[in-house]
Amino acid sequence: MSERVSRIKITNACKNFGRVRALRNVSLEVKKGEVVLVIGPSGSGKSTLLRCINRLENLTSGEIWVDDELVTDHRADIRRIREEVGMVFQNFNLFPHLTAKENIMLSPMTVKKISRAEAEKNARALLERVGLADKENTYPDHLSGGQQQRVAIARALAMNPKVMLFDEPTSALDPEMIKEVLDVMLSLAREGMTMLVVSHEMGFAKAAADKVVFMDEGEIIEQGEPQQIFEHPREERTRKFLEHIL
Amino acid sequence: MAEVKKKQEGRSLFRSTKIEITDGALIPEVGERSIFSAWNISFFGALTLIVILPLTSPDPFWKILRFLPDGIARTFQVTVISIVFALIIGLFVGLGRISRITIINRAATIYVEVIRGLPLLVQLFYIYYGMGFLSLPPLFSAVTAMAVCYGAYMGEIFRAGILSIPKGQMEAALALGMNRRQALRKVILPQTMRVILPPVGNEFIALLKDSSLVSIIAVSDLLRRGREFASITFQYFETYTMVALSYLVLTLFFSRLVGIMEARLERKSE
Repeated sequence: MSERVSRIKITNACKNFGRVRALRNVSLEVKKGEVVLVIGPSGSGKSTLLRCINRLENLTSGEIWVDDELVTDHRADIRRIREEVGMVFQNFNLFPHLTAKENIMLSPMTVKKISRAEAEKNARALLERVGLADKENTYPDHLSGGQQQRVAIARALAMNPKVMLFDEPTSALDPEMIKEVLDVMLSLAREGMTMLVVSHEMGFAKAAADKVVFMDEGEIIEQGEPQQIFEHPREERTRKFLEHIL
Repeated sequence: MAEVKKKQEGRSLFRSTKIEITDGALIPEVGERSIFSAWNISFFGALTLIVILPLTSPDPFWKILRFLPDGIARTFQVTVISIVFALIIGLFVGLGRISRITIINRAATIYVEVIRGLPLLVQLFYIYYGMGFLSLPPLFSAVTAMAVCYGAYMGEIFRAGILSIPKGQMEAALALGMNRRQALRKVILPQTMRVILPPVGNEFIALLKDSSLVSIIAVSDLLRRGREFASITFQYFETYTMVALSYLVLTLFFSRLVGIMEARLERKSE
């Protein structure tokens, strides 16, 4: 594999919530175009790790770089960095007072100051891409969970991010809706998007992940190629966890 | 009934968050639809009396009735201007109360504590008489006192409204690259408006009633007009009966209006 630029670089990340140590010395690198899947039991720090990358949470110590910007530096222009890091949440968090299209248009118009016409054109193209061209004027509460999550992905993509973070994107979905969301994520991966995904979707992992990271109790226990992790885990804890979810 | 069942398409669906503020305004309960509901009896009873009394004994009731409309207009004026300024003050106080900047937060909180700790009548006297050296006109003093007072209560409503919006909304906006201010303006406040509409309606009714206090500082509102009439004719009972009935019709009318608004919001968020 040729030397690729690293998009996200995390070194010795520690995060404490009071006396709870949510992250302990986590180091991780995501290279350009790579798809990295983070698995682990609930409370293992996966979501916290993701939320520290765009600084919805602040690390207690350690460093996080996105491209060549030090996110964890308090002088960093975090707002600008967030433009480059798209995030998709477990509960979608669509804006309920706006239609699907307006949800997608809001940030480009507010932050990037692009014209309404252009924002609208982009929003339509993005809705088309996630298979929801006919839902542009629908309000979120009239959409199914899977549709809402696809709008949420389109909304994040509207800012042209270089990296996408997915925080358990399918956990709040009914089983029959999971596939439509994973399909969108798969096509995104094939187009070369750099992705850091917290999820237990094995199918997605096998189809798209370059690397799987197993976390437990705030630590990275092991990481490697999907096949190696799933079929020949080195660590006892990884094996035990996989027994539960497979 | 058909209307109730009609499915609301489009602009819908806000969480049915409800802020309970009970300061005595009478919002009719949903389902109180009987002809003999308390609201119907009070409202139409009062209205009937206002019509029948002047018809059966024109002197003094017809005379009183003709004397009052100026006062009603003034009461309205004071109420509407005050509520507008109270809303503006309330927005800033509410934002201040949730501000993470200590000084702003503390200042807003002190404002709320002080104002809520003072009787409205005392505030009115303080501005009109206590600061008499400024010789503020009565109407200006009245509106200032009412707006400053109700601004504190509005601030609490705004605060509760903003806090009722799920945390994920702010996070999603921030993650998209908006700063806090943009997120507030474009994402949080539009949702807050829906939530606070009913309690703001309540405050409007409460303010309408409290506006009778301004009659004491030479603003000729509804109550003041009644006093003026009675002081000439000495027909206190008749005059104040008409004044009371007028207030009753006004407040009941608006409480029903707020009730309808609330029910519509509720239906939309089902």
